[in-house]
Amino acid sequence: MTQEMPVANAAPQAEKPPVLEVQNITKRFPGVVALDDVSVQFMPGEVHAVVGENGAGKSTLMKIMVGAYVPDSGEIYLNGEKVSFAHPQEALAKGISIIYQEFNLLPERTVAQNIFFGREPSKLGVIDVRQMNKNAEAVLNEIGVGSMITPTVLVSSLSVAEQQLVEIAKAISFKAKVLIMDEPTAALTLTEVRLLDDLVQRLKQRGMAIIFISHRLNEVFEIAEKITVLKDGKFINTVRASEVAPADVVYLMVGRTLDHYFPPLGQPEEFGEVVLQVQGASNDFLQDINLELRRGEVLGIAGLQGSGRTELAQALFGVTPFKTGSVTLYGKGITMRTPAQAIKNLVGFVTEDRKTEGLCQMQPIRDNMLLTVRSIQFVFGAILKDGIRKSRNLVSTLGKQVDVKTDSYDREVQYLSGGNQQKVVLSKWLASDAKVFIFDEPTRGIDVESKASIHDLIRNLTRNGTAVVMISSELPEIIGMSDRILVMWEGRIAGELPANASETDIMLMATGRTANGSMETAAAGME
Amino acid sequence: MATTTVPTQENVSRVLRSIWAVIKKIPPVYPVFFVLFAAVVYLSPTYSTMNGIMAFMRRTSPLAILAIGEMIVLATGGFDLSIGSIVTMVVLGSSLLLNNDPANALPAIGIMLGIGIAIGLVNGLVVSYLKVPSFIATLGMMLLARGGALYWVGGAPKGYFTDNWRMFGRGYIENVPVFERFPIGLIILIVIGLLSWYIFHRTNYGKQVLAIGDNVRAARLSGVRVRLVRVLAFVLSAVFAVIGGVMIGGYGGVNVTIGEGLEMQAIAACVVGGVLLGGGRGSVLNVIFGAYTLEIIFSLLNLLGLPKPYKDAVQGLIIIGAVAYVALSSRKKR
Amino acid sequence: MTTVTATRRTFGQLLRSIQIPPVYFFLLAIFLVGGILDLVFSDGQIFSNPAIRLNILVRSVALGIVAVGQTLVIIGASIDLSVAYVVSITAVMSSFVMQGDPNNIPMAILVVVGIGIVIGLVNGLIITKLHVNAFITTLGTSLILKGIINATFSNYSGSVPRSFEYFGYGRLGPIPVSVIILLLVVVGGWFLLSRTKFGAHLYGVGGNAEVARLSGLRTDRVLIGAHILCSLTAVLTGLFIVSRLRSGAPWVGPDGFYDLESIATTVVGGTLLSGGKGGVWGTLAGVMIFSVLDTTFNQLGVNPYLTIVLRGAIIVLAVASYTFRSKQEAA
Repeated sequence: MTQEMPVANAAPQAEKPPVLEVQNITKRFPGVVALDDVSVQFMPGEVHAVVGENGAGKSTLMKIMVGAYVPDSGEIYLNGEKVSFAHPQEALAKGISIIYQEFNLLPERTVAQNIFFGREPSKLGVIDVRQMNKNAEAVLNEIGVGSMITPTVLVSSLSVAEQQLVEIAKAISFKAKVLIMDEPTAALTLTEVRLLDDLVQRLKQRGMAIIFISHRLNEVFEIAEKITVLKDGKFINTVRASEVAPADVVYLMVGRTLDHYFPPLGQPEEFGEVVLQVQGASNDFLQDINLELRRGEVLGIAGLQGSGRTELAQALFGVTPFKTGSVTLYGKGITMRTPAQAIKNLVGFVTEDRKTEGLCQMQPIRDNMLLTVRSIQFVFGAILKDGIRKSRNLVSTLGKQVDVKTDSYDREVQYLSGGNQQKVVLSKWLASDAKVFIFDEPTRGIDVESKASIHDLIRNLTRNGTAVVMISSELPEIIGMSDRILVMWEGRIAGELPANASETDIMLMATGRTANGSMETAAAGME
Repeated sequence: MATTTVPTQENVSRVLRSIWAVIKKIPPVYPVFFVLFAAVVYLSPTYSTMNGIMAFMRRTSPLAILAIGEMIVLATGGFDLSIGSIVTMVVLGSSLLLNNDPANALPAIGIMLGIGIAIGLVNGLVVSYLKVPSFIATLGMMLLARGGALYWVGGAPKGYFTDNWRMFGRGYIENVPVFERFPIGLIILIVIGLLSWYIFHRTNYGKQVLAIGDNVRAARLSGVRVRLVRVLAFVLSAVFAVIGGVMIGGYGGVNVTIGEGLEMQAIAACVVGGVLLGGGRGSVLNVIFGAYTLEIIFSLLNLLGLPKPYKDAVQGLIIIGAVAYVALSSRKKR
Repeated sequence: MTTVTATRRTFGQLLRSIQIPPVYFFLLAIFLVGGILDLVFSDGQIFSNPAIRLNILVRSVALGIVAVGQTLVIIGASIDLSVAYVVSITAVMSSFVMQGDPNNIPMAILVVVGIGIVIGLVNGLIITKLHVNAFITTLGTSLILKGIINATFSNYSGSVPRSFEYFGYGRLGPIPVSVIILLLVVVGGWFLLSRTKFGAHLYGVGGNAEVARLSGLRTDRVLIGAHILCSLTAVLTGLFIVSRLRSGAPWVGPDGFYDLESIATTVVGGTLLSGGKGGVWGTLAGVMIFSVLDTTFNQLGVNPYLTIVLRGAIIVLAVASYTFRSKQEAA
């Protein structure tokens, strides 16, 4: 597999030594090697993105660098000096700080209280509130957001973007030299991304090294100077953003030609009548949604995080229903108001986060599998031997269908691997006999083999007459699986693309640009 | 096995290991109970007689029933602190309703069940629709029910229980083969126990209860009607408390403070029986034996000549010990 | 355009930060209702009587002091069910040690404070080191205390010297000493929570223990500290009670329902049971709501049992008014 693309040399430049360097880092967890002999260098005054598929090891690497994990082998060097951290506080004290996707903030405390949590300026245990607020204001001004955020307001009253700024201020107040951000733009609007970008540039000029993990290649290329690609726990390469194209990076991340990866797309003659039609529908998060879903097809939903994809799924499923507009399911006008109603109408929703939304960890596999069936039947379904036998048969049929690898269906779900857990989630929905399936990130955080079998499963569903809506952040997955692609942006549908659209086309639409590269000025929601 | 296996060291250790694997899976409440039971038998051979055992069963059945009801609520991740007051209400109220006339027994039970269902409904609705934490909602209900009961009977118990009422808590079926005297309370427990075992372990409802306690968001997204399941859980708990109250009244007579502390005992029995306070786990049989364990401790303390106050102290130690044991062992697993 | 929204937002946020706990509106409402009932049924005799107004305040002292301690613990996302028996053991032990002799007062106070610290320490250690649920832990310790007390004392024991009764009956000018002490405790609690590192850390531990840990806090110590402080407030309540009763008996704690009522008033006052939010001023209002209720109904000759019923209803309704709008499911 030769690569014909310019390879940036990751070797250290003569002028600047790396501020942070990891060498030969290996980290194992039960059953998986998260990082395998990874070495990377991070330069001061540089924005460095780390990309890779889910499970590539990005988060693990970050956690090791900030002292949340201890590597099994390898070294960390800070400004040339070897360091090892037993606790994130040690890394923080040395100037390495991290901002997680789920912020580490206390919503019911003020901005100042959050920034100085644990190290409040005090005399004899009594906090000097005025000083603390002043210090907070100083830090906020330092990063140029002092006019936007007052130190005395509760964090819970701030928007997500503002909370992120508080996190950054907190990091600055620790005199951080290295700032690590995990999916910083995930929950931001476009304008907020721009503001963050400006801030990052300013921090860069102060000599800070900024490292961030992102799936959004578009932004990665806009903001970062260097890009490191990890795949399956291994270091693949570090390239300069100016010297490569997004497609090259994707290739490094995936490392195989796409058509070996996915089952073949559907043929037009396999597509049946329209089963789901949405017209002019809106709610608090979505505006003017129009879509059609036909029997037997896979409709891919692409878009940046925060563009409203999950909200669309939740609206269709009745979690946060549409407030206006019309929805027609199998020709019948209906608005889903609760998940139970959706399930009764044979709609299934395989959610994004199986741990918090998909599975009951302490319950056995079989009970998780039968959960939707039980909801529909409510009390009985296991009267008399027949009922018990029927459910046992159903469970083993389902288990074989999704290929769950386990020795017993009575085992608690929490002991299964990620891929097997996702299969259990799928089997739960297969059991519900749904005719319309919504998948939200169906293969996130799953090993390659399970991914392939889930993709096959999805395609088999459509072959059997089910209609599928598939949301995914992984562009290869969208392109490889979708018969049609809808791209979302800022709570609207930015446009529709045919099968096998290019990533560039999708990316353009996902960032609100039209085909000729100009920005769409949509009416509402734009600042 | 046609061939004879020589008991080599390897074979023996393998057998021992598999026995140990089975033993590890046994919920701790059983060995604890049987050890304590053995101690009690040693101190007082009456306990080894059928009469003695049956007397113990008769005494313990009400608490076991209360504990099962509480377990259903605990399994959803909530608390029901009102069951003690429900017992008080049942005991005081029915002694009033009975008015020393046995013919009033059935209607009185009917009224009590009605009140119980109403209380359970209110508990459930307040928790599910007003989103008040169940700790607070049932705490408020505890006061409401207790105050209401005392108000109803004017602060002092009236009348006695008629014989047919006492039968539930005190009665025996005589001349039963093997068991000699079989307590009616035990029959009630067995019926309730089987019923609840079925509801909790074999119906969809029971599985949904566990699902809610385990991960309410996942349950809701899978179509579980969370609010309905919760309301029913509180109703069941209240109804079981009513049944327990009928038996307690029949056993102990009328007494203003009779229900106090029972909810804590029921929770303790559940905890000893392996129920997690956050929800998601539960077993009817384990909880029944949890109640037995609690009662056997009391008996043990009595036999040891320890005055009543020590009973409370030891109960406290046992509860802490049981939960600490469970907490530490589940940490090791992780 | 960003600047305009910024200033508008900060002004609104400023208003929000001078939060008056909503419970004070309830208190006001109860006062009004009480006043109306008073006018209608007893010609305004109740609230115009200074002795009765005083009674309302004094009724609040016993529960109020221990409720402040409970508030601390609940803010830390914990709970203390053992306070009733701490009150009992304080009452009994202090009265026993004093034996009516003023010279024994310092010794008695030392003994009960020591006991309080030990109990709080034990509670805190079991919860943090053995990882036993706070509900179970403090339920367990309350039973242990109950056993010890009832085994050692079966009735009133010892007595309190006249001079000590100053605590319960004395006055500084027109204001009872006990009320002053209550206010001192409340102010002390407020200061601790809003102006000290301990308080800030307590809110953090209760709000999100994981964040607290990641910030390098010794979460165990903070929680143990809160439990010790809670037990100490229970000790103070016990001393107050025994100074009014002139002798201590084992049942004073549970009879006063100090455990469940301190929790109830804390929650009615707006402190979240799940921790991280709330304060002592709200708790004080909660305590006063109960006092006003009890006194008014007492004076009006309402059946005391109905008062209990109303108490239960108010607890649920007050908390429901905070929670019914929230999207979060409680268990």
